[in-house]
Amino acid sequence: MAAPREISETGARAVFRTRGLRKTYVVGEVSIEALRGIDLDLYTGEFAVLLGASGSGKSTLLNILGGLDTPTSGTVHYADHDLGQASDAELTRFRREHVGFVFQFYNLIASLTARENVAIVTEIAERPLAPERALKIVGLADRMDHFPAQLSGGEQQRVAIARAIAKNPDVLLCDEPTGALDSETGILVLDALEKVNRDLGTTTAVITHNVVIADMADRVIRLSDGRIVGVTRNVSRRPARELRW
Amino acid sequence: MVSLSMLDRKWLRELWQMRGQALAIALVIASGIATYILSRSTIDSLTYTQEQFYADTHFADVFASLKRAPLAVAARIREIPGVVRADMRVAAPVNLDVPGFADPVSGLLLTLPESATAPNQLYLRAGRLPAPDEDAAVVANESFAEAQGLKPGARIAATINGRRKLLTVTGVVLSPEYVYLIRPGDFFPDYKRYGILWMNRESLSAAYGMDGAFNDVALTLAPGARLPEVISRLDAVLEPWGGIGAIGREDQASHHYLSEEIKQLRAQATIVPLIFMSVAAFLLNVVISRLILQQRMPMAILKAFGYSNTAITLHYLKLVTGIVFVGGVVGVAAGGWLAHGLSGIYAEFFRYPDMHFVLRPGVALSAVGVSALVAYLGTLNSVLRASRLAPAQALHPEAPPLFRESLLERTGIKQFLSQGGRMILRNISRHPVKSGLTLTGVALSCAIVTMGGLFNDAVNYMVDVQFNRSQHADLIVTFSDVAPERTVSELRSLSGVTMAEPLRAVPVRLRNGYRTYRTALQGYMPGGRLNDLLDADLRKVRVPPTGVLLTDFLARRLGVVPGEFITAEVLEASRPVARVQVVGLVREFAGMNAYMSLDVLNRLLPDDRGVSGMFLKVQPDRLQQVYAALKQRPKVAGVTIRAVAMRSFHELMAENILIYAAVMLVLAGTIAVGVVYNSTRVALSERAFELATLRVLGLTHREIAYILLGETGLLTLLAIPTGFLIGYGFSAYIAYSLASTLYRVPVVIEPPTLGRAALVIVLAGAASSLYIYHRLGRLDLVAVLKTRE
Repeated sequence: MAAPREISETGARAVFRTRGLRKTYVVGEVSIEALRGIDLDLYTGEFAVLLGASGSGKSTLLNILGGLDTPTSGTVHYADHDLGQASDAELTRFRREHVGFVFQFYNLIASLTARENVAIVTEIAERPLAPERALKIVGLADRMDHFPAQLSGGEQQRVAIARAIAKNPDVLLCDEPTGALDSETGILVLDALEKVNRDLGTTTAVITHNVVIADMADRVIRLSDGRIVGVTRNVSRRPARELRW
Repeated sequence: MVSLSMLDRKWLRELWQMRGQALAIALVIASGIATYILSRSTIDSLTYTQEQFYADTHFADVFASLKRAPLAVAARIREIPGVVRADMRVAAPVNLDVPGFADPVSGLLLTLPESATAPNQLYLRAGRLPAPDEDAAVVANESFAEAQGLKPGARIAATINGRRKLLTVTGVVLSPEYVYLIRPGDFFPDYKRYGILWMNRESLSAAYGMDGAFNDVALTLAPGARLPEVISRLDAVLEPWGGIGAIGREDQASHHYLSEEIKQLRAQATIVPLIFMSVAAFLLNVVISRLILQQRMPMAILKAFGYSNTAITLHYLKLVTGIVFVGGVVGVAAGGWLAHGLSGIYAEFFRYPDMHFVLRPGVALSAVGVSALVAYLGTLNSVLRASRLAPAQALHPEAPPLFRESLLERTGIKQFLSQGGRMILRNISRHPVKSGLTLTGVALSCAIVTMGGLFNDAVNYMVDVQFNRSQHADLIVTFSDVAPERTVSELRSLSGVTMAEPLRAVPVRLRNGYRTYRTALQGYMPGGRLNDLLDADLRKVRVPPTGVLLTDFLARRLGVVPGEFITAEVLEASRPVARVQVVGLVREFAGMNAYMSLDVLNRLLPDDRGVSGMFLKVQPDRLQQVYAALKQRPKVAGVTIRAVAMRSFHELMAENILIYAAVMLVLAGTIAVGVVYNSTRVALSERAFELATLRVLGLTHREIAYILLGETGLLTLLAIPTGFLIGYGFSAYIAYSLASTLYRVPVVIEPPTLGRAALVIVLAGAASSLYIYHRLGRLDLVAVLKTRE
């Protein structure tokens, strides 16, 4: 297991830092330990893949990092912000100013066009990209005025990525972004994420159970049963376009 | 079946889960049922009570009044075939002095029923009837006695034929003739200032100069007797004695009012519940179909397990039955309670020994049955649509709906809209039917509140027109008999009187072909200024030098238009018949009158010239003096003081109208909350996923609330003016269906009524929105990351 530290061996500063993170859900009369003590740092500009099977706790970890959930015990910091102690309003501001989300099922607003789906986020952001530029980055410059129902699954997911990056977030959190897509389309989506990470330098965390995706990461963090069971650093990142599954 | 019992648990739990929505729907159903039961039960109670009382007291079938006939004539009347009971009475108009009450009080003194078998028996409520030889003893009708606090033993003074007589009240009674008591010529009852008294024949005859004579007849007929025949025979007997034409029970004042009241209730019993029930039906349809569409998934799972469409349909029908049951119980209970209360108000208004409260099981059952039927139809429609899907198809989530830009955006306002604003407009235009239904639902409740204000506004308008624009006389004097024309100058010279104008009213039958109507033909002074006649636009209509003016409603009834001729058969004196031209129409809210020049009218009756009343304008500080002087004069039957008439009118109307408006307000508020809450609540569950996504993306609680509530808010705002229009339509329809020969309600809706209607809707919307806003704070953000709608 990697030793906790604030500066990586490459000299990057930690954006997220968790120590002894635990999360217990009580559902009816059953309590489920989803996280059993997670110590993790995510560094500026890195592309991290959190790998684990269903029930390994990876989604719970992502939810806590993204300010959607709070830990039962332990600490979680984003830069100087103590997310574990934050109020609902503070968490909303945190998400609004710093985090871009990409969901497994895209979650686009059906009544808004691609451009407007991006604009709904840029309207409330402090230093956003133009929606057109964000859509251009994900390769959808010619589909901007289409409604979600007029786009394929892969295109919808790329709109979602454009929406996530358009506010110019510090971190991009992606929950099984290719989970609902066939491999060919999935690779297009991963390519877009790779491009964002490379060109904008956005710290990116992707959670997935697809081992192949680990090859495109700077670091791979493996989770099992609510614990980190291994962290590996790839010597070289494999381009998304070369991935096959 | 074991399987069904599982489903039974499911529907019971689901009903509990959606209890908020279910309760809102149930309350709307309850409102519909309650209004229906309220009206039906009131009608049934009134009708039953009336029948009982009439039977117990031998209420007469024929009434006639005449100048004076010797009692010997009675035998000829009793001989008329079909007559079973007859009472030859003396009726004397009197002015009364009630100790401690300054306003003028008038009344009618009648002889007590001849025997225990005579028509129109009195029902003794307190005290006793005068002993056969007791002089100056009277019994008083209850509403008057109550209003004036007259107990047995009380003493009042009466001016009969100009002579003052002190009377002792020995008892308080009810009479089938005066269940609804109103002074002839008045629009509204005034119990404090008009009373009926009964006394022994000898005393009254002596005081009124009617020894050995009578001037009023009441008859009851054998079952199957032919009324028109009896009337014409009676008229023939009485004609030499100044008979003015007998009338049947249908035309008797109190009975006529009661019948009109019941007729109006019947109209209301149809219209108002119909409006409520259709709103409720419509709501049920909207809410239930949306509810069931949300049940696509569970329904598909049940089907995948092998449940039949029938079993599933039954399952949802049971769910709806639960809601209808709650609504039914609440509705029947509330309706019964309200009807009981309303009967109490009617008991004040109409005088019966006791009000029998009737709530027929059939009425309750049919109300609940209709509600259930409507609910089932709404449910079946949606369930069948949903259950027709193959399970695999239904298990698949619905494809993202295709949106396009709304029409409004294409006009170019798009650039001014935020993304949230665009979502609101597109959601509305994407679901035009759904949005239209929400708008209609809210508009209907707004319309109901608007309609609830109709009577208040209309009555205020009628009072304004009557007392401020039409009637300028401070006093209206009526004579007990035709007075000579010199009376005009006598009264004009009374100290304090500044203007005096004569009038004459004669009973007539107006005829146009087969259509006839019996009314008073009023002779006014052309150029008179104390009582203006007005047309539909409130412009003054001059009394023409020749020809006749008709109330527009009367003209319609007779089927004549200005320029045409009608026949006027005068029913007194020499009974002349004249062809007169209708030269114009006047608008009046009460009665069906005809007007002509006093001179022309007097020329029709050359042997009987005179006046029957006067309009007086009096110096304000001399009013009481003039009144006192008038009361001393013989032949003055009654004096109406304008200020007092206005005051008493307000006293009476305020309470009843306010109660009605309050009931409408509560019911409409219930409906408004039901519609707004349900449509927002359903929208919340339909769009929870989308809204939670936006929250995850960083939108605040308030920002997503704007998107969700903005849609309902916009529809609600649009619904308010729509509701005003519908409300005006409802009001016009109600006014139309209530129009009778007694009065017509003008369709008047004042700004405060509209303001109140808007306020009710805004408050109902705000309350529902507040609750939904609160719910939005509890959206499950984590779930949206994993689930797909």
